[in-house]
Amino acid sequence: MSQFLQLLFSGLTVGATYALSALGFSMIYNASGVINFAQGEFIMLGGMVAAVLTASGLPLPFAVVAAILVVAFVGLLVEKLAIEPARDADITSIIIITIGVSMILRGVVEVTLGKGNLTLPHFSGDTPIAIGGATLLPQSLWVMVVTAVVVVALAAFFGRTRVGKGILATAHNRLAAQLVGVDVKKVLLASFGLAAALGAVGGVLITPIATTSYDAGLMLGLKGFVAATFGGLGSGVGAIAGGVLLGLIETMTAGYVSSSYKDAVPFVLVLVVLVVRPRGLFGLGSSDRV
Amino acid sequence: MQKFVKTAVAALSLAAVAAVPALAADPIKIGSVLSVTGPAAFLGDPEAKTLQLYVEKLNAAGGLLGRKIELVTYDDGSDAAKANGFTKRLIEDDKVDVILGGTTTGATMGMVPLVERAEMPFISLAGAVVIVEPVKKWVFKTPHTDRMAAERVFADMKKRGFSKLALLSETSGFGQSGRKETIAAAAKAGIEIVADETYGPKDTDVTAQLTKIKGIAGAQALLVFGLGQGPAIVTKNIAQLGLKLPHYESHGVASAQYIQLSGDASEGVRLPAAALIVADDLPAADPQKPVVTGYAKAYSEAFKAEVSTFGGHAYDALMIYADAVKRAGGTDKAKVRDAIEATKGFIGTGGVVNMSATDHMGLDVTAFKMLEIKGGKWTLVD
Amino acid sequence: MSDASTSSILGRASPETTAAALATAPSFVSRHAPTLALVAVLAVLPLVLPNAFYFDVVIRIMANAVLAIALNLLIGYCGQISLGHAGFFGLGAYGSAILTTHYDWKAPLALVVSAAVVGVLAWIVARVILRLKGHYLAMATLGLGIIVTIVLTNEASLTGGPDGMAVGDLNILGIRLYGERVWYPVFAGLLVVAIWLAGNLVESPAGRALRALHGSEVAARVVGIDTASFKTRVFVLSAVVAAIMGSLTAHYLGFITPQVASFHKSVELVTMVVVGGMASIWGSVVGAALLSLLPDLLAHFEGFETVIFGVILVATMIFLPRGIVPSLLRLIRREG
Repeated sequence: MSQFLQLLFSGLTVGATYALSALGFSMIYNASGVINFAQGEFIMLGGMVAAVLTASGLPLPFAVVAAILVVAFVGLLVEKLAIEPARDADITSIIIITIGVSMILRGVVEVTLGKGNLTLPHFSGDTPIAIGGATLLPQSLWVMVVTAVVVVALAAFFGRTRVGKGILATAHNRLAAQLVGVDVKKVLLASFGLAAALGAVGGVLITPIATTSYDAGLMLGLKGFVAATFGGLGSGVGAIAGGVLLGLIETMTAGYVSSSYKDAVPFVLVLVVLVVRPRGLFGLGSSDRV
Repeated sequence: MQKFVKTAVAALSLAAVAAVPALAADPIKIGSVLSVTGPAAFLGDPEAKTLQLYVEKLNAAGGLLGRKIELVTYDDGSDAAKANGFTKRLIEDDKVDVILGGTTTGATMGMVPLVERAEMPFISLAGAVVIVEPVKKWVFKTPHTDRMAAERVFADMKKRGFSKLALLSETSGFGQSGRKETIAAAAKAGIEIVADETYGPKDTDVTAQLTKIKGIAGAQALLVFGLGQGPAIVTKNIAQLGLKLPHYESHGVASAQYIQLSGDASEGVRLPAAALIVADDLPAADPQKPVVTGYAKAYSEAFKAEVSTFGGHAYDALMIYADAVKRAGGTDKAKVRDAIEATKGFIGTGGVVNMSATDHMGLDVTAFKMLEIKGGKWTLVD
Repeated sequence: MSDASTSSILGRASPETTAAALATAPSFVSRHAPTLALVAVLAVLPLVLPNAFYFDVVIRIMANAVLAIALNLLIGYCGQISLGHAGFFGLGAYGSAILTTHYDWKAPLALVVSAAVVGVLAWIVARVILRLKGHYLAMATLGLGIIVTIVLTNEASLTGGPDGMAVGDLNILGIRLYGERVWYPVFAGLLVVAIWLAGNLVESPAGRALRALHGSEVAARVVGIDTASFKTRVFVLSAVVAAIMGSLTAHYLGFITPQVASFHKSVELVTMVVVGGMASIWGSVVGAALLSLLPDLLAHFEGFETVIFGVILVATMIFLPRGIVPSLLRLIRREG
């Protein structure tokens, strides 16, 4: 039982970070129909910037906020310089652009911040909390609680604010949104800034547990993509559910079945899910454009 | 590659000055393929820096046999297929006299068929036993093998009265080769492997595997075989779970970064490593003392970074080659190869090297020191 | 269309009618001019390449070009993205390596069997996942590729694990293929054949149907084209080509690691197709040449090669959004 509880805790922690990554994918997908392969780099960048700032003596809370702002700004830059100029390009071309952007971000971090692994102090100490024979790091609680807060905040943002509603409308039907006066360009810009900030939040939260380095983004991004697809691209609920499920499945596989094949299981499952439900667990059906 | 250009320019300008009055001897060309970027960058980066530093030093001291040394380094990005391509470039286009490197075992094994066919002296900086067993005519290596690391850990376990080991290895090349050698050597050493788990090099949480190990009755010690940040995460997870098993790491974590990343959790961890990282603690009578303190000082002064054993492997490879060239009286590949094979009593950062026709590494298990982390510092156990 | 009729048209007609005639019924020479030019270049190259390293560079370009052409049939003409094509390449490579090394099969037999197995696998996969659209298909193919990599990494007793395994030389009809100069004509021949076959396929009725698919699947279905069957066949074809190239590359390199099947390699292949130009056979050749050369060209920019590589990708897609070859052709036509 205590083993199950321990695996559950680990699975939820890992799953929460996947969920944050998946949310970033979904947000940009909604606004532009693009899968942003640079999402993982935003996560890496958040962790790296915060780690470098704390190492240079800035108090942790300031470093965290500064890191999130810096990465959000990078997100806006990416949209302005790389995505907007290619507005009319084919979807596949835009995927290639985001892959190019991820290489640029990774390369710039490698050259400026170095190739070493960095870490952050735990936000509130690293004394594990014992629950029912299992242990939980205070940092894991941080990860789960902040993820939950972000989800609630996003729900409010999309449900109540003008920009949020604009993003949703654009996702649903770009032309119609444009006709009713939504500035589609600004929506796209805002969604990149927001997705980048989300990624940075995830990066900052996970770095004390997982450490970070210039090449940490690829795997985190890939897992986020899997989680987002699992739940259904563009669905907020789907991203959260997909992320948490993915984390739990991985951990349970490692704990009960085979640690060698734990990375393969999510991919096998995502294939099965797609075969049974071609638009993911929570994805909405839609007709093809003719 | 600015550094390379700088090195080359420095070497050429020095050569030009030297060449004015006397013979215009061709430079000795040393080629190298290293994983300066990618997952193995923390190995390849200090290796590249070390080669650059010591080639400059050798040139400043007049070069080798009066000839300047030119260093050509390529980065394989930790991709064995690229290492293969760059090796062709070194052999065919740059026409180097020797190849040092292959940071990882995968890269090295991708280069081996090429250097064997080209009859090119080759000193690898990678760990696995397969590189030198069976012996390949043109292939040598400087680092200790993973099998020796396992044997050294077993010796220490027996001294402490342990015989049952839980093994946790990384799915990287280093980890999987280590796992294979550990399991093979365990039978001979009378050690029983009671758990055999793995984790991925980019995993952010390994508590699931450790929880499984925690539930196994009878395990007396834990050996983690991995490189880079993975072992640091494992170490932190061990502290989180309150797992009290005596904890061994491999020589793959012998850099200051491991202690920095895992913090207090690394307290009491033991690992086999070369004498280099405890250079100052070595007894004055130790024959390695002057070599390792000299290298550690030069490296940390030049790059404002702490030494790791990985850069030391590159130092050893360069010096073994330089020594062989002197004894061979030139760079004739066959003669240099014979001279490398005849290396005896060479003192490097990894230990005392005695090569032979059947041993192309030349280190024995005594080259490994058992270290323990105490107060955030490496200390010698015996 | 024979050469005689070509010359007669060129000899008598006015420029306008010549152009019109060429546009409606391209002559053998003009239709195949690029291919003939390539054959000429490939034939002359061995005389000017200074050493085996340059042969190696050209061989890698040719191998990648064949892979990119096959993948372009899927991406450019069917509009189906595959982010897992390196998985098929890897299965071919390891199929040959394992069957020849562990089971002492003859290399040509191992190659054929590996390709056939990959073909069957691709057929099954296609039946299931080609129903998926856009990013879901990207995810599914990506997942397949990664599963292949994980299996190759974990089954160390067969594959040598992450450190890879050695592969013996390929013997065909008593000829032992070894060395860049021997392999060069093999890959050169394959490239020419691939370009010729792909060109015929694209110009065939089936090819026109393929292009219709990329334009609009619903429309294609409406005019009575069996889209599913076309997509499946092209998917299987490109997978089998990838497997064969995998086997040949494994024998040529003499050493393989699971990285041959990696996500990175899959992305590289898609990048070649897209940067060169989707639905452009020559675009794939140019894309393969550019992306194969870049790592060597950038080898002296330590640390900055990733950044430069990324900048080139982004800039190409922004300024030449249809890919290099189609965008440039368009520019030239507009100028002229």
